Amino acid sequence: MTTQDFLVLCSLIALGVLVVAFLVISVRIIIGPTLPDRVLALDMLVATGIGFIAVVAVKTGYFLFLDIAIALGLVGFLATVAFARFILKRDRPPEADANLIDIEHEAHPPRDTDSKSKPTVRVRAGGGAS
Amino acid sequence: MSGIIDILTGLIIIVGAVFTLVAAMGILRFPDLYSRSHAASKAGTLGSGLLLAALALHSGELGVVTRAFAAFLFLLLTAPIAAHLLVRAAYYVGHKPWEGTQIDDLAGKYKDDGRNLRCDSHD
Repeated sequence: MTTQDFLVLCSLIALGVLVVAFLVISVRIIIGPTLPDRVLALDMLVATGIGFIAVVAVKTGYFLFLDIAIALGLVGFLATVAFARFILKRDRPPEADANLIDIEHEAHPPRDTDSKSKPTVRVRAGGGAS
Repeated sequence: MSGIIDILTGLIIIVGAVFTLVAAMGILRFPDLYSRSHAASKAGTLGSGLLLAALALHSGELGVVTRAFAAFLFLLLTAPIAAHLLVRAAYYVGHKPWEGTQIDDLAGKYKDDGRNLRCDSHD
């Protein structure tokens, strides 16, 4: 068994392990109870994909795959940032209320222009107390 | 010399794949989003970084080494930023930490006026 065979064997084992990792992450994406869980799992899926591409590049010798890995990393980062903005901006879904807590306010008042004046009063009261 | 590099590359590939699998198991097994985020952003980054390092070691060409290093640096820079953005958004929207969480330093600090995040006091 030459060292080349050893490298090919290691690549095959690593590809198998990475496929198992893909499946495990996919389970989290499917069952993930909330949207941020799924977004996190998608981010991890992209990172695993980068590693997978690197192993394939080692195994086949086509180092051009590395450029694809870089582009995939860029797209994955931008997707995660966009999803984070989306989670921040969207309204709360009523069916997810079991997983949510009231941070400060009671019963999720609708976000109208009237509620803009209230927090400043609250902040001033907090600042005076401390 | 080439044989040593082959063996080293194979070992690094195995270690990187195992780290990635450990991160995947962490994502599946940890109880809430905040601990899952740790598994994804630490072990996952290390796993992918090791696989990219193995590629750089195996190629031995300057262009490939530089690009692999750049990809690893990019991964190292963006993974914590993405994880922090996501977890902060989730916390702000109101996703509960696991009930076994001991300390929640941000409890009650975020004021919700609908648009922007604000910490009212540093005590």
